[in-house]
Amino acid sequence: MAVAARKAGRAGSGAANKPNSNKAPAKNAASNSPQFDKDQDLSAYNEMLLIRRFEEKSGQMYGMGLIGGFCHLYIGQEAVVVGMQMATIEGDQVITGYRDHGHMLACGMDPKGVMAELTGRRGGLSKGKGGSMHMFSKEKHFYGGHGIVGAQVSLGTGLAFANHYRENGNVSLTYFGDGAANQGQVYESFNMAALWKLPAVYVIENNRYAMGTSVSRASAQTDFSKRGLSFGIPGEQVDGMDVRAVYAAGQRAIEHARTGKGPYILEMQTYRYRGHSMSDPAKYRTKDEVARMREEFDPIEQVRRRLLESWKLSEDELKAIDSRVREIVNEAAEFATHDPEPDPSELYTDILL
Amino acid sequence: MAIDILMPALSPTMEQGKLAKWLKKEGDKVKPGDVLAEIETDKATMEVEAIDEGVLAKILVSDGTDNVAVNTPIAVLAGEGEDMSTAASSAKAPAAPAPEAQPAPTPDMEREGMADRPSAGARTDSDRPFAEPAAPSIIQTRSSHDAMAEIPEGTEMVSMTVREALRDAMAEEMRRDENVFVMGEEVAEYQGAYKVTQGLLQEFGARRVVDTPITEHGFAGVGVGAAFTGLRPIVEFMTFNFAMQAIDHIINSAAKTLYMSGGQLGAPVVFRGPNGAAARVGAQHSHDYSAWYSNVPGLKVIAPYSASDAKGLLKSAIRDPNPIIFLENEILYGQSFPVPKLDDFTVPIGKARIHREGKDVTIVSFSIGMTYALKAAQELEKEGIQAEVIDLRTIRPMDTDTIVASVMKTGRCVTVEEGFPQSGIGAEIAARIMEHAFDYLDAPVIRVTGKDVPMPYAANLEKLALPNVGEVVQAVKAVCYR
Ligand SMILES: Cc1ncc(C[n+]2csc(CCOP(=O)(O)OP(=O)(O)O)c2C)c(N)n1
Ligand SMILES: [Mg+2]
Repeated sequence: MAVAARKAGRAGSGAANKPNSNKAPAKNAASNSPQFDKDQDLSAYNEMLLIRRFEEKSGQMYGMGLIGGFCHLYIGQEAVVVGMQMATIEGDQVITGYRDHGHMLACGMDPKGVMAELTGRRGGLSKGKGGSMHMFSKEKHFYGGHGIVGAQVSLGTGLAFANHYRENGNVSLTYFGDGAANQGQVYESFNMAALWKLPAVYVIENNRYAMGTSVSRASAQTDFSKRGLSFGIPGEQVDGMDVRAVYAAGQRAIEHARTGKGPYILEMQTYRYRGHSMSDPAKYRTKDEVARMREEFDPIEQVRRRLLESWKLSEDELKAIDSRVREIVNEAAEFATHDPEPDPSELYTDILL
Repeated sequence: MAIDILMPALSPTMEQGKLAKWLKKEGDKVKPGDVLAEIETDKATMEVEAIDEGVLAKILVSDGTDNVAVNTPIAVLAGEGEDMSTAASSAKAPAAPAPEAQPAPTPDMEREGMADRPSAGARTDSDRPFAEPAAPSIIQTRSSHDAMAEIPEGTEMVSMTVREALRDAMAEEMRRDENVFVMGEEVAEYQGAYKVTQGLLQEFGARRVVDTPITEHGFAGVGVGAAFTGLRPIVEFMTFNFAMQAIDHIINSAAKTLYMSGGQLGAPVVFRGPNGAAARVGAQHSHDYSAWYSNVPGLKVIAPYSASDAKGLLKSAIRDPNPIIFLENEILYGQSFPVPKLDDFTVPIGKARIHREGKDVTIVSFSIGMTYALKAAQELEKEGIQAEVIDLRTIRPMDTDTIVASVMKTGRCVTVEEGFPQSGIGAEIAARIMEHAFDYLDAPVIRVTGKDVPMPYAANLEKLALPNVGEVVQAVKAVCYR
């Protein structure tokens, strides 16, 4: 059962992924939080758990020296990309920064290929030449994986430009951080996107810190949903720890962009549990703050509780999902550990066409 | 199945750490994400989190143990339902702590994984020296800069890392001149992304040590604007890769204004930060921009190798009335060198230093390139080749006299840099030698450079992409016809 649910959640094939099935009654929900049906909760649980376990494994492999350089984990933020991805249709593009493993898994990219790129092996999605921060998949409409803070915002706007140009009905989702939101090119992009009514959704993942700098120490306007106001771009603040709220907001934003009304900004209020990258002394926040977020707002725990209480799944059924996810992650790690390094001749390939 | 919990590495260069404190004890149940222990490195205290669920069956390395090597088993976790005592007894004996690390007097390339990178085989045709030197040129007398005279005889030397030397240079200049201030990302409260500005906030306060948002183009412009009024900003780029966001202000605003204003308005600003490849951080984080800045009139470009040059040159740079690009190197930050203990030690901008004298061949390099050059010189010595190694220290203005004087003596030259070959620093040096010492050359100049490819991530490819000691040795032998 767990396996079936997982499949339904992948690659946009499940009912929950069709934008028009509109099963989450965002507007007619009794409580003010939009509701999920059982399939949607199961699908979200699978997707988020995969990211969580994958990232934990990455951290472990980094500790063993199998992954080098920078390695930015997505733990804590899983609901953002999973909820947004549930609101997309085939052909919608995704682009993000260097904290990209979760986005790639949510886009349906092969966990083995992602992990093997982290270890710099030939079976990696960039043949081992890109690393943790730089992976791409034309097939899954994932455009990277960028190391320069803010660069993805103009690039994502370019993806939207291409959709507009081709009139193909697709929307681009551009993810960036609270820190990245202060880069100048973000506002140059906002202006063009609004001016030309581009189908662009900007997802600001406000995890409260840019490296060691809290939002309030770097931003004069800390309400990121307002960052497009002077260009007339609508925005909302969203509980980024509740995958249902993310999905509902994602649907509104994507619908707005897809129907020719121009760009939309979603500020996802989220939290990263781990350090900025692996070597982060984390002196800029208290342990209590981190512990409180994990205990009270964990995005996966929220869904888990619903699965047990509302959908009456048994602990054993949840365990089965967990083992299946672990198996995928272990297989990926196994592959990434034993796959050979790239052939030395690869040094000189892929520079020009 | 019992699982060994290993000592993790929390940074690319960490080899060992102290197991400061266990937060769980034997017999405790743990689940993924639980904090098991705290470890300490020279940079920070960090937490070890559990990855798996189970019971902490045995602690193998106790609280307070120093020098625990990365990947040593530190505890054993028993799986669900597993007998704890069997799990504990299946554990290997605790590993002996790693021997105390010896601080290396010069960069230890082996440790950095840089020794003897295999040649990529791309060099074979260019190894062949060409025809005999021909047309005569005008020969002038050249004299090299005497770097020994920079430090008075009998001065006490203290060992210091490049990181500390840079920090001290900034602190001394900030004490000396109220107009000097530092700005950049994470320079204040975080104490610097690479800890170069450590302690400056505490001494000088938030007015003079300014944390900026991630807005390189904006704050570079703010720095230049402030410099127009006579303030002396030190603008830190977290790395020079990110200075590409700010390149317009560096070139169009900082470098050109003095000229455009007919000499009225200069910009005494220092742009500094790590440049070039670190380790395994991929193409967008590993670019050596020396040649880019070297190309622009109106800038001075400095790229020191040793801690004492880093200190003396940064102090001179802060006092200089021009815009300065000060290129540091992340791998050199932690290396220790002797630094003169003087109240006010400066090194002149624009003067190279003969790091090692020799009569057979001149090797010219700068920054981390010096590590290859010096190691190669040691190896060549064993084969009876005396290499003279010149550390450029300043790239623009380039100390042509020191290079040319050396080449007049040796007749042969090899340049070493991590940057790309085309239009690189080596190309510039070769052209100057050809212009000024053509008749003295016994062989064409050979450049050893980074390969002509973006920096790959994979460990094996990264090694191939960077220059190595073997390539320098091979190039020297080629110009010596050996
Ligand atoms: C142009 C540029 N400047 C600086 C950096 C270094 N850097 C990498 S991530 C980061 C913090 C970004 O924070 P945020 O946008 O909030 O994203 P988060 O890491 O929280 O996901 C910084 C300063 C960079 N990669 N690129
Ligand atoms: Mg952030």
